[in-house]
Amino acid sequence: MQPSIRLNRRAFLQAALTAAAAAGTGVACNTNRSPWRFFTLDEARTLAAMVDQIVPPDQDAGAVWAGVINYIDLQLCGPYESLQKTYRQGLAAVDQSSQARYKKPFADLESNDQIAMLHLLEDGQDSGAAWKQISSREFFDTVVDHTMQGFYGDPRHGGNREGVSWKMLNLPYPPIRGRLRPDAEKARSG
Amino acid sequence: MSLKHVNAVVVGSGAGGGVVAKELSTAGLSVVLLERGKWYTPFDDRKDDLRNQRTCPLGNAFGPDNRNPRVYVDGGGREYTVDSRHWAYSNNAACVGGGTLSYGAMAWRFMEDDFRLRTKYGTVEGSTLDDWPITYWDLEPFYEKAEWEVGVSGDDSNNVFRAPRKRPLPMPPLPPNRDFQILEPAAKRLGLHPFHIPMLRNSVPYNGRGACMRCRWCVGYACEVSAKCGTQNTVIPTAIATGNCDLRTECIAKEVLTDDRGHVRGVAYYDANGRYREQTSDLVIVSCSAVESPRLLLNSKSRLFPNGLGNRYDWVGRNLQGHAYTGAAGLFEEETYDDLGPGASIAICDFSHNNPGFVAGGLLANEFLRSPYQVVTGISGEGVPRWGKEHKDFMRRYFKRNMTVMGPMQEMPVFDSRVQVDPKVKDAWGIPVARISGRHHPNDLLGTDFMRSKAEMWLKEAGASKTIPFHWTFLGIPSGGQHQAGTCRMGNDPKTSVVDKYCRVHEVDNVYVIDGSVHPNNGGFNPVLTIMAIAYYASANMVKTWKGTHASG
Repeated sequence: MQPSIRLNRRAFLQAALTAAAAAGTGVACNTNRSPWRFFTLDEARTLAAMVDQIVPPDQDAGAVWAGVINYIDLQLCGPYESLQKTYRQGLAAVDQSSQARYKKPFADLESNDQIAMLHLLEDGQDSGAAWKQISSREFFDTVVDHTMQGFYGDPRHGGNREGVSWKMLNLPYPPIRGRLRPDAEKARSG
Repeated sequence: MSLKHVNAVVVGSGAGGGVVAKELSTAGLSVVLLERGKWYTPFDDRKDDLRNQRTCPLGNAFGPDNRNPRVYVDGGGREYTVDSRHWAYSNNAACVGGGTLSYGAMAWRFMEDDFRLRTKYGTVEGSTLDDWPITYWDLEPFYEKAEWEVGVSGDDSNNVFRAPRKRPLPMPPLPPNRDFQILEPAAKRLGLHPFHIPMLRNSVPYNGRGACMRCRWCVGYACEVSAKCGTQNTVIPTAIATGNCDLRTECIAKEVLTDDRGHVRGVAYYDANGRYREQTSDLVIVSCSAVESPRLLLNSKSRLFPNGLGNRYDWVGRNLQGHAYTGAAGLFEEETYDDLGPGASIAICDFSHNNPGFVAGGLLANEFLRSPYQVVTGISGEGVPRWGKEHKDFMRRYFKRNMTVMGPMQEMPVFDSRVQVDPKVKDAWGIPVARISGRHHPNDLLGTDFMRSKAEMWLKEAGASKTIPFHWTFLGIPSGGQHQAGTCRMGNDPKTSVVDKYCRVHEVDNVYVIDGSVHPNNGGFNPVLTIMAIAYYASANMVKTWKGTHASG
């Protein structure tokens, strides 16, 4: 499935989220029951909007298409279990801040406004009541780090669907193995 | 049913313990080699860039797991219980082979001056810096033995600063990669002396194993073709093949048992099924790493040593060191990436000693091949977009157009950088865990600033359009990590050291510490070949002075 940037952004986001969720869990997505292991549907929407600004879709896939939500959701039920509370509070705080500033949830904001808000979180400049329990900068750093893992890391962990980030970087995959690499040698000396 | 008495128990099967087990069992002693970890294969966590020994957000591939936490105490006295993924845990590995299963395998001899820093530079205020009780020449034959027996490839003949060697390395270097081809002429134009890094890695078939296949999963991973030389594929199989060595994995040492007359009589441990066992022996060799060895000694209390075995003067666990890594990334407008592993290939020792304004120094070398996630986390700072479209543009442009030059600055030992045991926190077996605290010495900051500027100079001469210096601060935190050393210092005076010049614990005639803990200072080099050389050297002494079973009554 090739990512298409020609779709209206919101429709694309919802389509990608649904496809990623279905691919991840095999459960049909209905609006009342979350297909995710940990995230509620609203939390997944908010996080999807965040990560698709952190690694946005362009001529190459973005975070959501690559399965970053699936990656984070899966790890939160495993090695990142201790961060469940961080994500619950952090995602709620992102939407609270967005409501306070723009009267809309984060996922419904225009792209420029989403980016502006993320910069505020990154700089710790959002002094809203939402961020009393958890530092916005720490939460944003965590989401960035997890997005990078889910985008660039090995697909076995639920992200980097089809090795899409490695294709983006032109990493030879599968790799050339063995000591004799006649094509590479020829290309260098030829 | 009690276990049969043996001549020696070696605790830990890493660089030190593996060599000792082989030397003793080859000499005819009966040996039990205890290892807390498993015997991993390269197919455990194969090529997993999020779960390996170098980059471990999802866990360490080769241990330890969460059953052995540690406590970190920061500069303000706040305590944190941390697992092995956390930087403050100071992890190396927990498996057969220890760090040597998954290391990058740089194989350095220390320089002659590294054994006598105090004579050369004088005392350093705020540091316990002291000369070693042995010289380079005491170890020279054993460096050679390690190079030939475990297996080292490379060519340091152009390193005019190197310590003299009697015999050349057994294997040639791997053919140079593109990093080498770009950095070598640049170094020469600057008047520096670049050379091929010596590596514990087969560049040709050697010792019954094949040569490196130049893949991109080296440092942090186990080698799929067993070309990377560790104790697990060299000396440990040799030890087992003698018939004298019994390797017991997943065994957790609890304490070294001491009798009333000051002799050690064996090791108490929990076996792989969690059962308490006592293995009696004539000798005990502690080779658990610079964090776990002092932990074991401190947990081994007796009437004669109420504060821990060998700890009469409060030096066990002191002077925790590692290396202060420094360097820079260079961005290039031409492709530098050739996907030819291991990646690290070229080094200079021009700044290892005799630098202006600070003591000692360290080598500088190019870096191992990095996965995309490692590039994202490894290249950061001014001018590097962290996220957004700019980040993707940056990665698309520079993933194959970057090189990193970095090196291990030799640290000045600080008495208050230490490993203790925690009064409250215990591991899953009920054993008090290691408690780590301390800070770096100001000389480390002076040295890393200087070396970082030299790394940038080299990269710029090589054509970097932009350099991005490492920018993490480390002054107020303790060292350690994969190069951990220093905590059971070797010395002649029992009041200011833990082991004597043969690695024997002072005041006890039959227990030794043989791992990086014994280094008074850690060289400006990756320490593993020195650990192996000391293990060969100390084992030679043990075998020479072995008079048969000691009567321990």
